[in-house]
Amino acid sequence: MRLEAKNIGFGYHQNSWIFKHISLAVESGEIVALTGNSGCGKTTLAKVLAGYEKPREGRVELNGKANTFAGYNPVQMIFQHPEKSVNPRWRIRDTVNEGWPVDRELLHRLGIEEAWMNRWPNELSGGELQRFCVARALSPNTQFIIADEMTTMLDAITQAQIWEVVLDLVKQRNMGMIIVSHEEKLIKRICDRVIDLEAVLNNCEGEIKNLDLKPDGLLVSQLE
Amino acid sequence: MNTKQTSKFSHSNASIMNRSTESLANPEELLVVKNLSVSFIQYAKGLKQLNLEVICDLNVSVNSGEIVAIVGSSGSGKSLLAHAILGILPTNAKVTGTIRYQGQALTTERQKVFRGREISLIPQSVNYLDPLMKVGEQVQNTIRTKDAKQLQQQVFERYHLSKEAGLLYPFQLSGGMARRVLVATAVSGGAKLIIADEPTPGLHPEVVAETLAHLKELANQGCGVMMITHDIEAAMKIADRIAVFYAGTTVEVAPIEDFKEGGEALRHPYTRALWMALPENDFKPIPGFQPTPTDLPPGCLFEPRCHLRTAECQCKKPEMQDLRGGQVRCIHAT
Repeated sequence: MRLEAKNIGFGYHQNSWIFKHISLAVESGEIVALTGNSGCGKTTLAKVLAGYEKPREGRVELNGKANTFAGYNPVQMIFQHPEKSVNPRWRIRDTVNEGWPVDRELLHRLGIEEAWMNRWPNELSGGELQRFCVARALSPNTQFIIADEMTTMLDAITQAQIWEVVLDLVKQRNMGMIIVSHEEKLIKRICDRVIDLEAVLNNCEGEIKNLDLKPDGLLVSQLE
Repeated sequence: MNTKQTSKFSHSNASIMNRSTESLANPEELLVVKNLSVSFIQYAKGLKQLNLEVICDLNVSVNSGEIVAIVGSSGSGKSLLAHAILGILPTNAKVTGTIRYQGQALTTERQKVFRGREISLIPQSVNYLDPLMKVGEQVQNTIRTKDAKQLQQQVFERYHLSKEAGLLYPFQLSGGMARRVLVATAVSGGAKLIIADEPTPGLHPEVVAETLAHLKELANQGCGVMMITHDIEAAMKIADRIAVFYAGTTVEVAPIEDFKEGGEALRHPYTRALWMALPENDFKPIPGFQPTPTDLPPGCLFEPRCHLRTAECQCKKPEMQDLRGGQVRCIHAT
């Protein structure tokens, strides 16, 4: 399995580009960090890869074919603010089961209690909600997960609880994962390689050919 | 270090004395929160009232020139403490216990006088700014003296914000600039006590370092800083003491050195668990969840998740006790 961006470019407004000529690939079983300063376009790149935004140039391919997004998207994204990524007017049970009938075992592993399923999103804490957002992203069809600052708003124990389950499943099902994060310690702990988007954009002034060519981006050398 | 601190204290005390002739109980203690409880009155069903106690028996103090970090899980009442000190809790909240500021009880009237002037809040994100107003104007609006414009420009200069930056709208600011504007707003009123609510999450390391440096600088000038965060790493960089919250109460207050020595010196099992869960340490969580306010255990609040628990823990909520230069709320702590 391979998630590949081929020479993509994107901008929200006409005539302005957030990034251009970006190519990168993530294989199954790989955990890749995507870093860069705030505002350099990490989240936008993540959204393009997951299909939330259409690239203006180039294309995003899954196993050599364009991702059709018919049915359950095999590229799933988990956002930083769980309270903003669920419908406040749906009971959490409906939200979670919207994509696939979430299996009990997964919920149990994430530490979700049966009683929470009937609550409204505003009756759950951020940590509890984020567990649901993780659960709905981890269907058997998921091949790639993009975690955009998934645990930034949570305390250390909740962070560790969620990562433990996610990393376990990623390994067990041989999924690929992209982590958008600023936390060097976390990246160092779990990632195989790092893409520093900012450095890539700056060094080559938007004329980057292939991120893959420098798999161990700048941040790795800083960490070691 | 020691001499430097005393000089800092004496300096700030002098300025306090100049402005008011009130006698101070312990002049070093800028803010003392004692046995604070906050509860909300809610309607459960129909007209049936429910008293939801979200903070109980909370003790924390901040001295002049000191940074106290408050860490703890989400929903442990960290932000509510800030709101209680500032007096901006919603109207259905009931507050008991004492908050003393500069040796005197912080009453609603005094809160009104000091809020935004001597006691100020650095909010969490740029969302707290008015999206439709230029940031320079917003800072000027918070200054209540005549030369607002001049003062705003001075403050902006101090935080390396150009004149043009004052003409921008909040959405045009980068993450780092937004933080600087928020700090500038907070200090423009001559603050003595600064409460920073989650100043670092989601920012890249350089901006985090810059924000922390600003807080440290303020402390060095004699301000007391209360930094509310869940980022233990950031807290360790600048704080003098760390207070750990769990389920609405303080379980431990520890000097910063105890965190730096590999977690062995920490007193409370929850603090240790928090320490071990960091990615640079074990990255292993403890099972279970923080209890919700409606469903608190009768004894020690951490008892259901604690590996040290005994029958005794279930009977009574332990009192805060002094231990090895810090405080802890656990009967098994040594």
